[in-house]
Amino acid sequence: MNAPQPMTLKPQPQASGAVTPAAARAVNRARLLRNALPAVSLIVLLATIFIMQPRAMSYMGMNLMLNLAVPIALATIAQMLIITVNDLDLSLGSFISFVACVAATLLNDHPLLGCLALVGCVAVYALLGALIHIRQLPAIVVTLGMSFIWVGGAVLLLPAPGGSAPQWLQALVKIKTPLLPFAVVMCVVLAVAVHLFLMRSTWGVVLRGAGGNPLAIAKAGWSLLKIKVTLYAMAGTFGVLSGLFLVGLTTSADANMALRYTLLSIAGVILGGGEFTGGRVSPVGAVLGALTLVLAGSLLSFIRISPDWQIGAQGAILILVLALRTAVNRLEARPT
Amino acid sequence: MNLNLHFDRVRSKPWLWSFLAALLVWLATLVFTRGEGAGALTSSALSFSAFFVIVGVGQMFVITTGPGNIDLSIPANIALSGAVGMKLMDSQNDLIVLGVAGVLGVGVLVGCANYALIRVLRIPPIIATLSASFLLQSVAIAYGRSVRIAPPELFYQFSTGNVMGVPYLAVAVVLLTVFAGYLLSRTLYGRWALAVGQNIRAAELAGVRVERVRWATYVLSAVFASLCGVLLAGFSGGASLSMGDEYLLASIAVVVIGGTSVAGGFSNVPGLWGAALFLYLLVSMLNTFGASAGVRLILTGVIIIAVIAAVSGRKSLRSL
Repeated sequence: MNAPQPMTLKPQPQASGAVTPAAARAVNRARLLRNALPAVSLIVLLATIFIMQPRAMSYMGMNLMLNLAVPIALATIAQMLIITVNDLDLSLGSFISFVACVAATLLNDHPLLGCLALVGCVAVYALLGALIHIRQLPAIVVTLGMSFIWVGGAVLLLPAPGGSAPQWLQALVKIKTPLLPFAVVMCVVLAVAVHLFLMRSTWGVVLRGAGGNPLAIAKAGWSLLKIKVTLYAMAGTFGVLSGLFLVGLTTSADANMALRYTLLSIAGVILGGGEFTGGRVSPVGAVLGALTLVLAGSLLSFIRISPDWQIGAQGAILILVLALRTAVNRLEARPT
Repeated sequence: MNLNLHFDRVRSKPWLWSFLAALLVWLATLVFTRGEGAGALTSSALSFSAFFVIVGVGQMFVITTGPGNIDLSIPANIALSGAVGMKLMDSQNDLIVLGVAGVLGVGVLVGCANYALIRVLRIPPIIATLSASFLLQSVAIAYGRSVRIAPPELFYQFSTGNVMGVPYLAVAVVLLTVFAGYLLSRTLYGRWALAVGQNIRAAELAGVRVERVRWATYVLSAVFASLCGVLLAGFSGGASLSMGDEYLLASIAVVVIGGTSVAGGFSNVPGLWGAALFLYLLVSMLNTFGASAGVRLILTGVIIIAVIAAVSGRKSLRSL
């Protein structure tokens, strides 16, 4: 009596083909709401800051508030690329610190050697992707080990805080663009470029597919190994950019300067609507999420709350936005 | 045939590897120092490993309940609990009980908060415990800002004292690990936790109260982290905000090197001790060899990656 029996399904109130237009509209509205959530939370935050401190609404003010957001946005994009294949990079913060140390020492003194070192960093990330894929290792643990290695390397390069960023790098991050501050331009360019590549191009679909349904992608003839190596190498590249931008802003480096970027970047991706499974990520959302986290810190200083609570405010905003998203999801799931 | 059987028996005890590694590192250090300071090295290794093991036990239960389950709030929890414990005890021996009770209360609350975020917001545990840790960190900063309070004399002696070279703390934590092992393999909760980790859907259909298990697991992890926080404060003569920082990576590393499956469902309690001893002895060996901080960190990282690569290889062999 082991013959497979047809599962007796409960009679559905609606046949699949007969979704009423009203129900479809409700679902669409909920989806739209969910996609708009990162943007809406950022706008609400910005509006609050502008009301509290109207002077922030100037070229100068925006530049000051958002300058440090660019490296965090770059780090968030790097983390997002790793999350695309359902992995997590716990070494990102220490990697960015390491890059900053390389830029403040090697790149400044021996430009050629420094460039080689940075290319080497990207190669290490590509290798990590290959190692994780071939041996089927948990990325969390491997990147955990890598975080020790990056910090160790940074300490070897710069035992005490110091060094000096190359002049051209310092000049680059201080470019004055017309109309909008450089930081805003950078964030927009970053979001749009990664969006076009990851969400609109054929390559992007394949890369995301490797997170959503690896088996299907493999059956379609794509190499999962190549995909993972590509994504890790890209993440490494964005990590390098983040480190360079950061050290350009701070002009000197420290082995622990970007450690908190690890958790901030994960929070940014999630805040922007990304999920840990299924290759569901959103580059635009990730950049918006990073900006939201940075501005959450600024808001506190505008309303004169002690900086003790800055990290707490970032946590609270994270919880708040996720609560809103859950509410929207429930709205979507509710049968009409 | 007989040899094969023996080999299988060794392979079915993955924790042996971590003890073996710890022993090798210990021997290498002693060969270098020509046997000097063997007692002191062993004693301090037991003390420091005890802290790794306490948080490791909690993290192990969390990781056991399946992929994606991880507790990132441990460092913030340690910082907060250390501060709360020291404030409640107020350097007085009579108030030790109150302090420990208060700290355990903090642990239960943090665990419940973590679980509530996971359940109510339906977010992955990583994000839930991450946002909780942001909040806890702020509370710890705001609450623990005041002057450094020394631990009560009796509590200090318990955390640092030893009997014939064996720290009291290590004895207590060994008992704790025995209890954890019993909990995992002999009680309904432990069996359920393993079942949830192996296949959450099957466990649910078999009548396991999945949500209750997850709640208990996060509370357990938070309570262990709190306990570690207050003991650490006692051990180092007062609480500091950054004292929990290294315990996030350490708790995960101890669990994984100890032979617990990262994918969940298969846990290894004795391995925690082996891995903790190994990690501590490794660092002290490199210290003895005169390696700089940078080299020490790099080698630690390389070894963690090498171990995980080797361990995963073994597992895929077994499943074939």
